[in-house]
Amino acid sequence: MKYIPHLLRSRKRKILEENIMKSIMAITTYSIILVFIYLILVISWKGIPALSWEMISEIPSGGFYFGKEGGILNAIIGSIYLSVGATFLSLLISIPIALYLNIHLLHHNRIKGGIRYLLDILWGIPSILYGAFGFILMIVFHLQASLLAGIITLALLITPIIIRAFDEALQGIPEGLLEASYAMGLTRNQIAFHIFVRQAMPGLITATLIGFGRAIGDAASVLFTTGYTDHIPTSLDDPTASLPLAIFFQLSSPIPEVRERAYAAAFILTLIILAISLLIRLCTSRLSKYQI
Amino acid sequence: MNREKWIEILSEKWMLLATLLMCMLPLSMGIGLLIESMPLLQQYRLGSLIRNSAWSPAEGKFGMISFIVGTLWVTGLSLCMAAPVSLLVSIYVTQYAKPWLMRTIHIVMDILAGIPSVVYGVWGVLVIVPWISQKLAPTFGYSSSGYCILSGGLVLAVMSIPYILHLQIEIFRTIPIELKEVSLSLGATYWETIKHVLLRQARRGIIASVGLGISKALGETIAVLMVVGNVPQIPENIFQAGYPLPALIANNYGEMMSVPHYLSALMFASLILFLIICLFNSVSHWIIYKINRI
Repeated sequence: MKYIPHLLRSRKRKILEENIMKSIMAITTYSIILVFIYLILVISWKGIPALSWEMISEIPSGGFYFGKEGGILNAIIGSIYLSVGATFLSLLISIPIALYLNIHLLHHNRIKGGIRYLLDILWGIPSILYGAFGFILMIVFHLQASLLAGIITLALLITPIIIRAFDEALQGIPEGLLEASYAMGLTRNQIAFHIFVRQAMPGLITATLIGFGRAIGDAASVLFTTGYTDHIPTSLDDPTASLPLAIFFQLSSPIPEVRERAYAAAFILTLIILAISLLIRLCTSRLSKYQI
Repeated sequence: MNREKWIEILSEKWMLLATLLMCMLPLSMGIGLLIESMPLLQQYRLGSLIRNSAWSPAEGKFGMISFIVGTLWVTGLSLCMAAPVSLLVSIYVTQYAKPWLMRTIHIVMDILAGIPSVVYGVWGVLVIVPWISQKLAPTFGYSSSGYCILSGGLVLAVMSIPYILHLQIEIFRTIPIELKEVSLSLGATYWETIKHVLLRQARRGIIASVGLGISKALGETIAVLMVVGNVPQIPENIFQAGYPLPALIANNYGEMMSVPHYLSALMFASLILFLIICLFNSVSHWIIYKINRI
């Protein structure tokens, strides 16, 4: 009988410990959400006042870097060229690889595992190293800093990202579908492009959007390879401006008006990224209702 | 029929070629960086390059140690903040929280992971840097411009939390519910179950997620570059400026062609970064691969 108070006390202490830890964890969780909201608010609060129609519709004119008139249309267009080109080029490589892993190599577990392992390592290599590698490729192939070099580098950067996202969607396809297609006498090519691509379409669109978002926001890899210019590029050999680099260069300026433009450009970039994540959410909820 | 067959062969060859190309990429990256850094390695001894602290390309001095130490400081600081926070959050959302909180955290995580690093840099310059120079550093009795390794670590922590969190949530989800039920039925409280059963079961996964977080943090460039100060010195406290390796590579791309061995030195810095990141990456993925197979 004399142990019961002791047991009760230890029970109380246990519950106290649980409650303390629980509240610490809850506070941390909500503070992550708060930091996120704070980040978006700071960028909007600084960016919206500096935003104007002139900023997004004109290229820099004479005194732009001293706070005079002009806009960042060159960077917006350049970024769109770069990321559309890179996404397109990357899809040419990543769709076949993901399909190959899931159809041709379906039962070769070791090879498949090895390739996924290598792709995971590539996924973790930072963009600055892709930039350095792109620079080496430029030296080898005697390219100048240009739109083309930037597109190639960005395509290399986003290919592992697109493959991983598409691969996850393909892995969700039941094996019975593959067997049924074989039984119908389809070739593997027909299975890949008529059945698997259609079946994993939401995954493919999501993967493309993720890749596009990464390409449009990446600065470190294009720093080496595309250069920077005030003009809108007219051919693949031209150097190209990009939105992240525009932000980066303008923020390091000592003139307040130029820094204001960096905030506005950061706001535009954040809006683009938010729009892409919204699109991804819509795609996954809308399109997946047509799946088996 | 014949046409069908040709298309079949062609598409299969293209798939094989693309796969081989992609698999060769890590190797060719390593070899390319090694070849480009060869001129420097032939001129200087490897040990002296890594151990010296003098950095003055115009005089032919390429000591890397302050950059390596700067990288370690920033990465270590960010991990000290990001790893506990993401562990607490992942336990809370998988074990205690209601479904709507889980969904919200997922959305927040996805968007945070998608925001470009240059935007984090802008945020760091606007928020973290003034806060450290005006509030935090004076409180501890230091004077600081705010552009210091602590700012770099803070910005980096916010950036790497989504990655670590995502992996840890996956890991806690895959732990069989029976293990929890056994522990609870023996009279353990919920927290004791988490402490003694879940954390023990998830131990290796947590190590792997932190490893991936490290490799992510090691290579982050622009955001860190914008807030870390970029002074080639070995920092004595966290309120001093540092100069991590990625920032070195990104900051000097313009002038590297004019000074002899400069390009090669930057490529050598990239090579060091590449090797460290590949090491952390491959070990972490190996652990995850082992966990998934069991």
